[in-house]
Amino acid sequence: MNLQLTEDGRLRHFLTIEGLDRPLLTRILDTAESFVGVGERAVKKVPLLRGKTIANLFFEPSTRTRSTFELAAKRLSADLLNLSVSASATRKGESLMDTLRNLEAMQCEMFVVRHEASGAAHYIASHVAPHVSVINAGDGRHAHPTQAMLDMFTIRRHKERFEHLKVAIVGDLMHSRVARSQIHALSILGVPEIRVVAPRTLIPPFIENMGVHVYTRLNRGLKDVDVVIMLRLQHERMDSGLLPSEHEYFRYYGLTEERLAVADDNVIVMHPGPMNRGVEIDSDVADGPHSVILQQVTYGIAIRMAVMSMCLGNPPAVEGGEG
Amino acid sequence: MKEIPQVEALLEAMCAELRDFLASQARQDPLVVGIRTGGVWVAEGVRSRLGVADPMGELNINFYRDDFTRIGLHPQVQPSMLPFDVDGRHVLLVDDVLHTGRTIRAAMNEIFDYGRPASITLAVLVERSGRELPIRADVAGTRLSLRPQDHIKLTGPEPLALEFKQAR
Amino acid sequence: MGTSIRGGWVVDPANGIDEQLDIHVEDGVIVGLGPSPANFEVEREYHVDGNVVCPGLIELRASLREPGQEHKATIASESRAAVRGGITTLCCTPDTDPVVDTPAVVELIHQRAGAVACARVEVQGALTQGLEGSRLSQMGALRDAGCIGVSNAYRVMENTEVVRRAMEYAATFGLTILLFPEDPWLAQDHAAHEGAVGTRLGLPGLAETAETITLARDLLLVEASGVRAHICGLSTARGVEMVAQARARGLPVTADVALPNLFLTEMDVTDFNSACKVRPPLRTQRDREALRQGVHEGTIATLCSAHQPHEPDAKQAPFTEAAPGISGLETLLVLTLRLVDEGLLTLQQAISRVTYEPARVFGLEAGTLSPGRPADICVFDPERHWMLTRERLWSEGRNTPFIGWEFKGEVTHTFVGGRLVYHLEDA
Repeated sequence: MNLQLTEDGRLRHFLTIEGLDRPLLTRILDTAESFVGVGERAVKKVPLLRGKTIANLFFEPSTRTRSTFELAAKRLSADLLNLSVSASATRKGESLMDTLRNLEAMQCEMFVVRHEASGAAHYIASHVAPHVSVINAGDGRHAHPTQAMLDMFTIRRHKERFEHLKVAIVGDLMHSRVARSQIHALSILGVPEIRVVAPRTLIPPFIENMGVHVYTRLNRGLKDVDVVIMLRLQHERMDSGLLPSEHEYFRYYGLTEERLAVADDNVIVMHPGPMNRGVEIDSDVADGPHSVILQQVTYGIAIRMAVMSMCLGNPPAVEGGEG
Repeated sequence: MKEIPQVEALLEAMCAELRDFLASQARQDPLVVGIRTGGVWVAEGVRSRLGVADPMGELNINFYRDDFTRIGLHPQVQPSMLPFDVDGRHVLLVDDVLHTGRTIRAAMNEIFDYGRPASITLAVLVERSGRELPIRADVAGTRLSLRPQDHIKLTGPEPLALEFKQAR
Repeated sequence: MGTSIRGGWVVDPANGIDEQLDIHVEDGVIVGLGPSPANFEVEREYHVDGNVVCPGLIELRASLREPGQEHKATIASESRAAVRGGITTLCCTPDTDPVVDTPAVVELIHQRAGAVACARVEVQGALTQGLEGSRLSQMGALRDAGCIGVSNAYRVMENTEVVRRAMEYAATFGLTILLFPEDPWLAQDHAAHEGAVGTRLGLPGLAETAETITLARDLLLVEASGVRAHICGLSTARGVEMVAQARARGLPVTADVALPNLFLTEMDVTDFNSACKVRPPLRTQRDREALRQGVHEGTIATLCSAHQPHEPDAKQAPFTEAAPGISGLETLLVLTLRLVDEGLLTLQQAISRVTYEPARVFGLEAGTLSPGRPADICVFDPERHWMLTRERLWSEGRNTPFIGWEFKGEVTHTFVGGRLVYHLEDA
């Protein structure tokens, strides 16, 4: 798992939260903090990555995530290449490698990778040239580290500290890369109580080993929590026999104002988006006073700027220099 | 170098010169902007002495440095804060030591990303030799001629003092 | 005109031999152990003092990829790799292209193997036509063409009625049926063991029940049909327990385990190492211990490499998309010997599990050094250390997680039908 760190412990790739330490995660959050201001200025751009080329390499369609990475890259003044590759065309590893070699030949310094296969970002990171950094923008069910970090950023902005929090993650944990990354991030940052709430069909076995408490009833899982993270429920889950219907899911696991009442008075509600209103979350909650869902989007850009500049700010030879 | 100048005295001298300079250029109601970290300390002294009503601006030029590819991102990045609109205003940019001029270039670039000021005045506590860019201070507390390998640095915030390191 | 292999330490589990003896061979057949038989004229002598002499190894389940997938491997390449690893008989699986469901394909494989004249290649016929799991193959014709058993390879049969009829039909012709226990519904798009590591890595998991459910079904059908059955690739503790119970009830059932499952666990998948992607998957430490116990007690009487050579591209992919399987011919002997070093088996037991026992599964003549049997002999230096590197492999498939492992024991001579087919140069 040292693949993503340089020899002196700096970020080279950003593939998973797992294996990183609290100081490094805190540094990402701190760095992002300074990028938030950039988005509020007249010119929302800094020249930090001028001359660098970043390729958005999306093997799985995702307009939203791709746009935030695109905006982050542009605000850092990097040049950006958007590549949507259909996964079926690259089913063979051969052509995936070909794609990578081509991009390297175009002098790209960073690949932002989204892929349907768990471990794809690791695979790519272990095959790129030494000067290339890889950011995982979501691989299968494995990890989505920038999303998790923007969630941590949102939590820190509202709760300041992690050490006393109770956090509940509600929904399709089985298929969620976001949840896995969130669980790692929350526990590394010191959250003492992480709960996961879902019907048994959506809870992967042995998830307790990741340090979470499993709840199958929403009202118990939400009791006294400071943060609720809702996960998106994909329609396919009905077809694959994991759930009977969206209607029934909402009835037992949908977040409503009424259900939220058992949580802490100052609870915040998050959702990585895009939301299915009336399936996992009621509009009253999504647009209500506890919701911080839109802020998450804004912070997402800052987090991605932070990770991109940290990964690309690793010169081969470290030497001092002061202006 | 004979003796290390007292910061208080330099600040006084600097502000006296500044008042004259601003008046001569008809730059009224300047916005004081300090460059982190030493420049902010000096800027606070300047602002109180000049009696500026507007809040202080603070610049962190980390994202504008020209040596990112050589040394990477500075670990602790405190964000820039310009709690005012710079459009059409006179900006008084303050730093502790003017040396190569690269920091000032970065700072001016950043200010322009916030808006278009009417003017920028550069005031520094110490203007030393070693410029690498065509930049000079409008006002300086003192001007020193140092060898390239010598270093002068402001320590603070309380008390403010200049530290001089002479290389052998 | 005969050949004598002199001075070696002979281990022949079938005859309980474990002592220093000379072996004499004539016309491809073993003619005597110990003093030369009467009228024996020695033409060639091999002095192998200090080395172990044992029956040539038998690989129970090897995908040789020919015909149809020659970009992965060929009969020629894998036969040479086999003898280099002390293997004299390769039992090849029917998952070729076309599959082995007609006598013509059996003949083709035999012909190719004959042309290479290296290891013996025995053929497992397809259990169902095209391995599609719906129509029975021509098992009678396949047997007559020389097939040693029938198998559906890794293509699991969903239809219980077909499984039942296939067993009855195989029993009619006295063919051993090989069964790979994996429930096709529970195994959909699986990539790793369904456990703590798979969950952490987000790899779609294959539950223990995927093995045990199908195993339970198959064992019940074996009991009803009376067919001679061999369970391929046990991977779970529970599966071992079920086979032990079936054998205790007197069912004609044997089982094997692929050697990697005795040395690796789900933990080895932690960095998405596609070399560790196998079918069945590497499971927990607990499963591994139970498999080892099963080997120790004899519930699992046969060890194999489940040889699956792949071209580099098949593994050059994200874990979930990489092809499963390990190229194992050249580590069959050394991994087995490692079990001796680790105290799990005696040397005799270990050799038996890769020679005599697999021969018994199919009723092969090979696997012993009894006079009158084919002179398929493996000689190895038990003290020689070597390290496995990619370059060192003779198999076309370089896909093994054991690259970089240090092994003890190296084959110095391999004889097939009395003919020296491999000789380690500097031995």
